[in-house]
Amino acid sequence: MSAAAHRDGPPAVWAHAWRSGAPLLVAVGVGLLMHFAVQPAVGAFKARVLVDIGINVILAVSLTLVNGFTGQFSIGHAGFMALGGYAAGALSYYGSYQLFGAAAFNGGVLSWTASQGPFHGPWVGGGDLLFVAACLVGGLVAAGAGYLVGLPSLRLRGDYLAIVTLGFGEIVRVVLQSTQTQLSQAAEVAATPWPLLTLKLGGALGFIGLPFYTTLFWVYLAVALTLTVAIRLKRSSYGRAFLAIREDEVAAEALGVHTTRYKVRAFVLAAFLAGVAGALYAHLVGSINAGELGFQKSFEVVIMVVLGGMGSVSGSTLAAIVLTLLPELLRTVTGSVNTYLPPAYELPDLRMIIYSLALILMMILRPQGFFGLREIWDWRVRRRPRPA
Amino acid sequence: MDTQSIDPLMKLVQTLLDGFAVGGMYALIALGYTMVYGILKFINFAHSDVFTLGAWVSWGLAARALRLEGAADAGGTPVWAVPVVLLGAMLLCGTVGFLIERLAYKPLRAAPRLNVLITAIGVSLLLQNVGQLRVVFGPYPKSMPALLPDVTLLYVAGVRVPVVDVLVIGLPLVLMLGLEWLIFRTRVGLAMRAVSYNTQTAALMGVNVNRVISFTFVLGSALAAAAGFLYALKYVGLKQPADTTWVMLGLKAFVAAVVGGIGNVRGAMLGGFAIGLLEFLGVAYLEPLYRDVYVFAVLILVLLLRPAGILGRAAVEKV
Amino acid sequence: MDRRRWCGSVLGLGFVLLGVGCERAPDDAGPILIGHFASMTGSEATWGVSTDRGVRMAVDEANAEGGVRGRRLKVITYDNQGKQQESATAVTRLITQDKVVAVLGEVASSRSIAGGQVAQRFGVPMISPSSTNPKVTEIGDMISRVCFIDPFQGYACAKFARGEPLRAQKAATLYNRAQIYSTGLNETFREHFAKLGGTITTEQAYSDGDTDFSAQLTNIRGTAPDVIFVPGYYTEVINISVQARRLGITVPLLGGDGWDAEDLKNAGAALDGCFFCNHYSHEDPRPAVQEFVRKYKALEGGRVPDGMAATGYDAARLLIDAMRRAPSLSGKDLAAAIAATKDFPGVTGVITIDAQRNARKPAVILRLQGGKPSFVTSIDPPE
Repeated sequence: MSAAAHRDGPPAVWAHAWRSGAPLLVAVGVGLLMHFAVQPAVGAFKARVLVDIGINVILAVSLTLVNGFTGQFSIGHAGFMALGGYAAGALSYYGSYQLFGAAAFNGGVLSWTASQGPFHGPWVGGGDLLFVAACLVGGLVAAGAGYLVGLPSLRLRGDYLAIVTLGFGEIVRVVLQSTQTQLSQAAEVAATPWPLLTLKLGGALGFIGLPFYTTLFWVYLAVALTLTVAIRLKRSSYGRAFLAIREDEVAAEALGVHTTRYKVRAFVLAAFLAGVAGALYAHLVGSINAGELGFQKSFEVVIMVVLGGMGSVSGSTLAAIVLTLLPELLRTVTGSVNTYLPPAYELPDLRMIIYSLALILMMILRPQGFFGLREIWDWRVRRRPRPA
Repeated sequence: MDTQSIDPLMKLVQTLLDGFAVGGMYALIALGYTMVYGILKFINFAHSDVFTLGAWVSWGLAARALRLEGAADAGGTPVWAVPVVLLGAMLLCGTVGFLIERLAYKPLRAAPRLNVLITAIGVSLLLQNVGQLRVVFGPYPKSMPALLPDVTLLYVAGVRVPVVDVLVIGLPLVLMLGLEWLIFRTRVGLAMRAVSYNTQTAALMGVNVNRVISFTFVLGSALAAAAGFLYALKYVGLKQPADTTWVMLGLKAFVAAVVGGIGNVRGAMLGGFAIGLLEFLGVAYLEPLYRDVYVFAVLILVLLLRPAGILGRAAVEKV
Repeated sequence: MDRRRWCGSVLGLGFVLLGVGCERAPDDAGPILIGHFASMTGSEATWGVSTDRGVRMAVDEANAEGGVRGRRLKVITYDNQGKQQESATAVTRLITQDKVVAVLGEVASSRSIAGGQVAQRFGVPMISPSSTNPKVTEIGDMISRVCFIDPFQGYACAKFARGEPLRAQKAATLYNRAQIYSTGLNETFREHFAKLGGTITTEQAYSDGDTDFSAQLTNIRGTAPDVIFVPGYYTEVINISVQARRLGITVPLLGGDGWDAEDLKNAGAALDGCFFCNHYSHEDPRPAVQEFVRKYKALEGGRVPDGMAATGYDAARLLIDAMRRAPSLSGKDLAAAIAATKDFPGVTGVITIDAQRNARKPAVILRLQGGKPSFVTSIDPPE
């Protein structure tokens, strides 16, 4: 890239800058649109569901990088989400104490959920910067863990990764659940150095009382960036290398693809994005509990990726949307009249059975998922990307 | 914590006893993982659920079909209860294993391994959630009726060894000896080894590969069912079928198979006991909270240092 | 260009899937809506279902008496699958979509906190039927509860252990370090048992999903306690009791309201003579309790109501009582009315909401025999 810039002089530099900067602008635009146009239009609850959808889209698309592009099999994605959420929570919670004196909301209008009432304050508050930093730190911590886990297991065959990631997720859960009680007095926080603060993450109760920053703006900013990264990656030489590994590892190696290195890179990037999703989740719910981010959560994400299409960014996005909306539609109002109608308790149980049957049938009848490697727009122009 | 008044020898013996008992169950489950891996080269994720099914079918037979709840208190359980429940569970799980292979895995024989792995997870979720249906086992924890009288057989260094523990330790050993004989002394075993060594050549030599694969699944599932039966006898409080406890137990058995050298039958036995003892020693003498952490730490160490497992793949004949 | 169109299609799809149904305005003519979020499915379904039955019973009774303020009541129950994020979403839906005037829920403290933080943000009162962690009501002035809190439960267990008939001098504890409920009870039991003159011989911990407790029980046996405090959930208690008996431990086990489940009968003889602390006893001779038990049995085919059904019933009745007393149904007025509740005659005892919006009321100690709990004594909160 830099070589090209060097050769072609200023215009290429500008083009390069535009290529790098445009997605960010678009992402900010999407975020602003969601925040200022969509949110007031749909109301608080639907905005909330859109936020849930956005977080799941980030999770599904990030896992697509590993399970879809490189054909590896990670089933510990929730572990990275938990790590990212806790790291981000630690920074924003204790950081708020140190900067503002309390773990209260200190952001601008972009972090304010409109349904709580009118907002009087700056466009961007100090808390926003802290929140963005927390999301990045959450992503980096998860990425670091991804590197440590990925390096030994990605040298080996794909199915070892499945076991190691599953075990990793469980270890993360146990370790986070045995952290110390969190501090909730400003004086205590001030008197404790940072290394010790990172040990006080609430333990079994979960890390609670985190300030609420996650809004449609931040989530869809992250969604837009994630999608851009994933789609561009797929079309880049990197993505071709990923797909080559997925199709035939030995052949890819023979073609000069350093398979382990590429697999680790995909894995670390996916872990980073999962960490960011965890950070958004923590500041949406206002608390995070490792006990709920076990391998069931990981399986949910895996199912999104598999159903959507192994390697299809738009497919997994669509699957994430549908699989977030379904439980919401099925959140059975158990007998909305005051009678003792036998509630449909079996329905959610059946839901899991239908999921699993769909998974099996999909693998037998349509092994590549609904979309396979294709994207939605590939159909429109009747064009099929040829993997390297 | 005050632990000085505990007889250290007693504690050690108790720990080894329990570790050995659970290790035997891990070994039985690990055998199923390793035999399937030896032949089809994929991790049968649903295997841990066959183990769960074994435990729950044992409960179903004992508590529902034979109505043995409370029988131990009121006049004793009939002698035939143990063999009937055990064989019933093994038979039923063997059948389920056969069906899983035929319906879910066989259509994917030529597919990429990733697809088979996902199918296995699908089968695993299916078994769990079907088990949770009210018409099957239901979504609540249950407890296994006592099939054996609470009689002490012997004392080892002051540690009480009830009949249950003798069965729990003895049965896996018997089954493993039987498996050794089957694999290394019979024609079926020869066929299994041949298919595992080279499927195509074995087929050319007249081995019915599909039948061998089916037989492997039935065998592995029956062994897992035996482990489930023993588990239900020892740990009477059974968590609901979709509880994570079951998956973790199966995973640890898989770790045992990897540590022993996946694809290697003797390695799986060795790995099972090693993982069981390691887990229980860790819980007794280190931090009890990190039960699972020890096991997975060993897995990562083994993957780093000796990816082929303790009994390296090339060294010993595999199935 | 592709991308833009694609973003557009995703957005469009989002709108379509979400529907265009406009939000309902709070109307003053229809029924008064009460929201309930509970674990109706998942591994803790037994609690959510029990609580929901209790809530609905109370609301039905109020409707039979002519409703509240001349309007009927209606409950909307949302399942949270036993998850935190789902709880927050369900409460958001109840408040912003269904416009409920108040929210009831949850059993597990972590889920009550997730839902409570939302209710507090929107200024809608919430009553937790049976979350016993102190942090729940610390969220803010909108959140209250009708059950006692863990510190009191730990105190009640310690007081009972020291008194008749146990008169324990030495106690050991075995708790789940991955559950805040368990660690909280363990802490307060330790503190009060020592304060009351007893000695804690050892504190042993386990984690979620553990089924083998022999290492911990061996350590406990070595210290020869008079009683073992096991503040876990019933699923763990079954294995703990059987293994303790197998190891030759004969002293009684003592636990908290996490033991309260029908399934405990599966432990068989191993739990005979053990005790646990609970919100109420269905054997309590008070007419209010017997009336409740009779009605519940009639509705539920002879099933005896557990503690969760009783606290759910009390939470809904206390809320209805506050609705009648409040000057208006606005969040502020209703929350103030709930906080002002004094000597409310609940099934789970006479409830007074204190300054921290927790219920002050006695706890009962039950003894297990053949898996059936029977009333032993009740313990009043300390003055």
